[in-house]
Amino acid sequence: MKNKFIKAFSLVMLVVFFTSCTKTLDRKPPYDVTSATVYDKFSNYKQILAKLYAGLAVSGQQGPSGRPDIFGLDEGFSSYLRQYWQLQELASDEAVIGWNDGTIKDLHNMTWTPANEFIRMMYDRIFYQVALCNEFLRETTDDKLSERKITGGDLVEAKKYHNEARFLRALSYYHAIDMFGNVPFVLETDPIGSFFPTQITRANLFTWLETELKAIEPLLTAARQNEYGRADQAAVWMVLAKLYLNAAVYTGTARHSDCVTYCNKIMAAGYTLASQYQYNFLADNNTSPELIFAVNFDGLRTKSWGAMTYLIHAPVGGNMNPALYGINGGWSGLRATKALVNVFPTATGTPDSRGMFHTSGQNLEIVDLSTFTDGYPVTKYKNVTSSGVKGSDPDGNFPDTDFPLFRLADVYLMYAECVMATSADKTTAVTYINALRQRAYGNVSGNITATDLTFDFLLKERARELNWEAHRRQDLIRFEKYPGFSNYYTGSTYVWPWKGGVAGGVGVGTFRTLFPLPSTDIAANPNLVQNNGY
Amino acid sequence: MYCERLLKAIVFPCLLFFSLTAFSQEKTITGKVTDSKDGSPMAGVSVTAKGSSVGTQTKADGTFRISVSPSTTVLVFSFVGHDSEEVSINGRSSIDVQLAATNATLGEVVVTGYGTARKKDLTGSITLITSKDFQKGPQTSPLQLIQGKAPGVQISTGNGMPGAGIYIRIRQGASLNASNDPLIVVDGVPLETGGISGVANPLTLLNPNDIESMNILKDASATAIFGNRASNGVIIITTKKGNSGRLKVSYNNNVTLSTVTDVADVLNADEYRALVMAQGTTAQKALLSLGHTKWQDQIYRDAITVDNNISFTGGIKKFPYRLSLGYMNQDGILKTDNLQRGTMTINLNPKLMKNHLSIDINMKNSVTRSRFANQGAIGAAVFFDPTKPVYDPSKPQYGGYWEWELNGLPNTLASKNPVSILEQTRNVGTAYRSIGNIQFEYKFHFLPDLRANLNLGYDVSRGSGTSRTPKTNASAFYNQGSMSRYLQKRWNYLSDFYLNYQKNIASIKSRVDATVGYGWQDWTNYSPGFPTINGTGVIPAGPPFKSQHTLLSMFGRVNYGFDDRYLLTGSVRRDGSSRFSTDNRWGWFPAAAFAWRISRESFMRDSKTFSDLKLRLGWGKTGQQDVGSDYPYLARYSQSDSSGMYQFGSNYYLLLRPEGYDENLKWETTETYNAGLDVGILNGRVSFSVDVYFKRTKDLLAVISVPAGSNLTNQILTNVGNIENKGLEFSINATPVRSKNFTWEFSYNFTYNESEITNLSKIKDPNAIGNLVGGISGGVGNTIQIHTVGFAPRTFYVYKQVYDQNEKPIEGLYVDLNKDGASNEKDKYRYKDPQPKYFMGLSSQFEYKKWTMSFSARASFDNYMYNNFNSNSGTYQNFGFPNYLGNVSRDVLVTGFTVPRLWSDYYIENASYVRMDNINLGYNVGRICKNATLRVSANVQNVFVITKYSGLDPEIPGGIDNNFYPRPRTYSLGFNLDF
Repeated sequence: MKNKFIKAFSLVMLVVFFTSCTKTLDRKPPYDVTSATVYDKFSNYKQILAKLYAGLAVSGQQGPSGRPDIFGLDEGFSSYLRQYWQLQELASDEAVIGWNDGTIKDLHNMTWTPANEFIRMMYDRIFYQVALCNEFLRETTDDKLSERKITGGDLVEAKKYHNEARFLRALSYYHAIDMFGNVPFVLETDPIGSFFPTQITRANLFTWLETELKAIEPLLTAARQNEYGRADQAAVWMVLAKLYLNAAVYTGTARHSDCVTYCNKIMAAGYTLASQYQYNFLADNNTSPELIFAVNFDGLRTKSWGAMTYLIHAPVGGNMNPALYGINGGWSGLRATKALVNVFPTATGTPDSRGMFHTSGQNLEIVDLSTFTDGYPVTKYKNVTSSGVKGSDPDGNFPDTDFPLFRLADVYLMYAECVMATSADKTTAVTYINALRQRAYGNVSGNITATDLTFDFLLKERARELNWEAHRRQDLIRFEKYPGFSNYYTGSTYVWPWKGGVAGGVGVGTFRTLFPLPSTDIAANPNLVQNNGY
Repeated sequence: MYCERLLKAIVFPCLLFFSLTAFSQEKTITGKVTDSKDGSPMAGVSVTAKGSSVGTQTKADGTFRISVSPSTTVLVFSFVGHDSEEVSINGRSSIDVQLAATNATLGEVVVTGYGTARKKDLTGSITLITSKDFQKGPQTSPLQLIQGKAPGVQISTGNGMPGAGIYIRIRQGASLNASNDPLIVVDGVPLETGGISGVANPLTLLNPNDIESMNILKDASATAIFGNRASNGVIIITTKKGNSGRLKVSYNNNVTLSTVTDVADVLNADEYRALVMAQGTTAQKALLSLGHTKWQDQIYRDAITVDNNISFTGGIKKFPYRLSLGYMNQDGILKTDNLQRGTMTINLNPKLMKNHLSIDINMKNSVTRSRFANQGAIGAAVFFDPTKPVYDPSKPQYGGYWEWELNGLPNTLASKNPVSILEQTRNVGTAYRSIGNIQFEYKFHFLPDLRANLNLGYDVSRGSGTSRTPKTNASAFYNQGSMSRYLQKRWNYLSDFYLNYQKNIASIKSRVDATVGYGWQDWTNYSPGFPTINGTGVIPAGPPFKSQHTLLSMFGRVNYGFDDRYLLTGSVRRDGSSRFSTDNRWGWFPAAAFAWRISRESFMRDSKTFSDLKLRLGWGKTGQQDVGSDYPYLARYSQSDSSGMYQFGSNYYLLLRPEGYDENLKWETTETYNAGLDVGILNGRVSFSVDVYFKRTKDLLAVISVPAGSNLTNQILTNVGNIENKGLEFSINATPVRSKNFTWEFSYNFTYNESEITNLSKIKDPNAIGNLVGGISGGVGNTIQIHTVGFAPRTFYVYKQVYDQNEKPIEGLYVDLNKDGASNEKDKYRYKDPQPKYFMGLSSQFEYKKWTMSFSARASFDNYMYNNFNSNSGTYQNFGFPNYLGNVSRDVLVTGFTVPRLWSDYYIENASYVRMDNINLGYNVGRICKNATLRVSANVQNVFVITKYSGLDPEIPGGIDNNFYPRPRTYSLGFNLDF
């Protein structure tokens, strides 16, 4: 009996030791795929591509939150689009926010420092996006594809994905050149891990962007021929046009005629204005014929606390009825300043239907930034369809509405601006502008003539047409290059409520036309030199 | 290579088992045991043959008779309260012995990890706490037993929840971002470090009643044998074992009443109405009601805990056993909180083959069932408008509770009715855990000095639960109610094998104790995804999670003692962890220590004053491999869940994300120097120890920003920087009075600690402010603390408040510290930190005849707290919102602040405190009937706290006070029946 017992145990001992020896320390994740194998299967490629696009929309791998892409701030705040919108709109005359989150008020007050966490989130998002694209580009070179036996139709598709990744990287570098200027520059030829990216000057980044975009232009799918949500040639033209439009700011040399070239390409591609202005901002705006490139959301399948969820919930408060916006409640945050309200003939949407404000119970003047009822909320974004149906999320949290990153109306206005800047014939430009105004007025009563078309008119018309679409800061800075607009964005000639942190508005340092590189990256990367003034 | 050697090491003893059998004649020894003090005969002294379970007890006249095998050379005499004596037989058949009353604890055997040591031979800094010195009264979690009992060890319950997590730090955290928890080893099984779903704190699954002793290894010379898990110290828990006597049954029962001591200080209904009427807008005034509701009184209650334990101890022939069963049912003071625990512990300690083979079988099974109250109710109750009623029968859609509405629907921004939050949430979790091992110790027949030890163990657990919110809960109004499930399984196996050689070489006055061994341990963690079922539809399950890691180790240790005067210890461990790449996987963890027993020197040997005087010096290197994830070095892609898809055309695609990683990640290395002095005076009636230590962690694991664009994330855990801790520890144990009827014992310990971050980035940047940490309430993403080089971790990072002549803070006015004329971020300064500089514990016990009275108290000094409750809700802005109202902290009446001034140093308060943890009164009724003895006790816990801190409780780990679940004061009555 005793011997049997001992024998049994000796056996167990031997077995356990044998197994413990053979188990190696090379543990692999049971469910995640390793980078070594993920590219062996072609069906994975589109999911990786989807991540590159989704990088603009969602904040992580779990909707609406839970497995964030980047860290250091509440996940909902870390969304690419949310920060892009905030930096282009809060740091302008169009929008204020009433919340108490960290240094968020510094954005509108224009008192931000390199420690501003919202600026850091934008910057980190841009370079996260660049790193994701680089990773995909590294793994989908022609050599790698043939090594992995990707052939035939798969190979054609894979190459398209590859080129779209190049576009997305260029898009993020375009955002970088616009907001940060001189930034770290990383390509797919750089390794992953411990190295210090070198800094590129704003002018050199412009040159690289121009070359890169021109290189991929012929490689992308023709305009309006790709799947909805994916970039095509028109998206490339749009970024090129934006670069040329702002070239004087980025490089010191204006490139308006190049901008016209690409605007013309877009306008010739078959895009048309949506029949009604607001159709571009509703839950079914994916059907708008005007959208050139959009960031997609879905109430059930693409959930995020950033971006459109924010843009629809945050301007709802006071006595507004959330149900009218297809949501379950407002967040009482965003409002417009009177600088925006006043570019419209009235705040009621008549005669210009683009002036969409909630005025009941609200004050036009912003006495207190934190008081939601000070300032008019903009009501253009809604989670209801053009036929009045609420979006797909039954809980009313997450909208279906897509964000119109680029749309045709902007191209019309860019064209008109280039014509003005180059003193070319205004006739066509006036036609385009009147197309927008006729849609807005519902008749020709708002139409203009060539004499009405001035820089001042254009800047206001951009506010009327494109307000709260993340263009404003860039527009104000660009217009400084036009006669009569010197120091328009930062100086004291043009002020808006709470500019400079004062209710009446004051000028701020001219260096604020660029955001600072975040102090975190200055500390992490010895190659970086901070932007002037910070 | 290792395998081969190991297999040989295993096979060899196995063969011996089968081949060797020894039969021979036993010999009989008789004698008498007397008390050294007065020579009176001692009855009931246990007499055993050393190294075996053969034993007997002395009779009433002190005489004994024992039969032992010829191989027995030493007899061990032991008696409660007396020093054990080991007496060599030397061929004698009659042995008389005198036992001295225990004054010192020098004779105690201490489990040191892969072996044991006599306390007098220790060279490292080790604190042994046995059940006699544990915190008295009912305790839910084992670590509470030693709260305040050991210098250098800080233990706090996380909050007042039943079975709340325990915060424990041994000599401060060695890390910033990796785990700072010590390694806990129960009967030779190192426990899982992570949590288990379905139970608040996995340690709750160990029944404190089963614990015999806890042994805290503090310095690296003691812990380095645990290699890359030892940087934060090691706690070795030993459970009660069987003995070879007859069956003893012990039953104890405790009934406890928990009460709320204090709640957050907010305005009452009348004050609140007055405030809104004075300062609110017309719309806000219209929102007021006429009620008087003390919301915090509505969510808390007096709660009862019942704890029953029964244990059976004894031995059937050579099979000592212990079986213990426990059942506890604890209600939390927050309504609906409940924890039930059933435990079963089995110990078998048979000795076979003429005591050459000792087998130690331990198994601890437990199940807990918890109903977790929704702790959101705590914040809601503080904040909810006190003029509103609890119930509103006209609102069946909210279950009859009053709720804020907007356009006839729940207002999503307003806080929800706290009572509804509690009553209309049902989150129930069940957790099973089994920890077990079987340990063989074989003493070689041909060489009894050599022992082989094999330990096979496991720690498996399964936690699951369901959370249900009915649609009448206002927060579930829009999704029409929801139900979600979770499940987690963890399994952890281990096998250790070591050889130990012990030899006294009298000719050269030397004692050698050498150990060499091998260990393997493997952990797996799995949880599947479950769909969430809402009234409005189903959210599909997310991807499942599974993760595994393995640790392989080789270790060796040599203890050498010369003449009982000089003791040397050297140990080395080589650890390999699957968490790191092949290049960084293996590391060496050496340690060395020296002790000089000065009291054994000739010039001191006859000292009447000093019974023990020992100087200890130690050095060692340890590691910390608990980096949070199992594959941090590996490039991998993870898939999104079904709400994180992206639309192309009319199709939606799951996302594949490349994860950020640090290929070169490795563990942290902590180097510790320790010097200590142990002193025993008056034959051990007074003993004290002093230790000083210095700890430096390099390759510190910290989350830092990666250079933008260089990795697939923006922040990564990587090896960067250094942190230094130093401290002084002092403890004293004394028995000032010991007489026939009255005994008074006390122990006191004192700790001084300091931590400083000495490096925190890969590159030096004089302008870098540091890493912001310590998230607070008030806005999103706001932080109050900072890790900076040259400062303690988690130093508060705040503005210096300016006060008027009445010492009232002037709102929004801060000192322009950088003198640039502007008031901005750059004026923040680093001010104080939450770690106490000094802390101490005091315990005392009085015995008078059959009465015992004991207390234990703790004190903590120079620990600072951020009063987030005041900073966030002590402002006028917080009483009113466009469509709802909320209560404010009474502190607003002091500051008069209109908007939150979150970063004012006004809110950093000195939270030094003295806390009376426990007062216990016991009466030993004695024999109540044949064979049965009874002891009754009354106990009060959390008796009082003395502090200047203005908030609810000065003892909050992390130093941020916000909606704290209050620790209850408890009153308990218990009885203990032995038969």
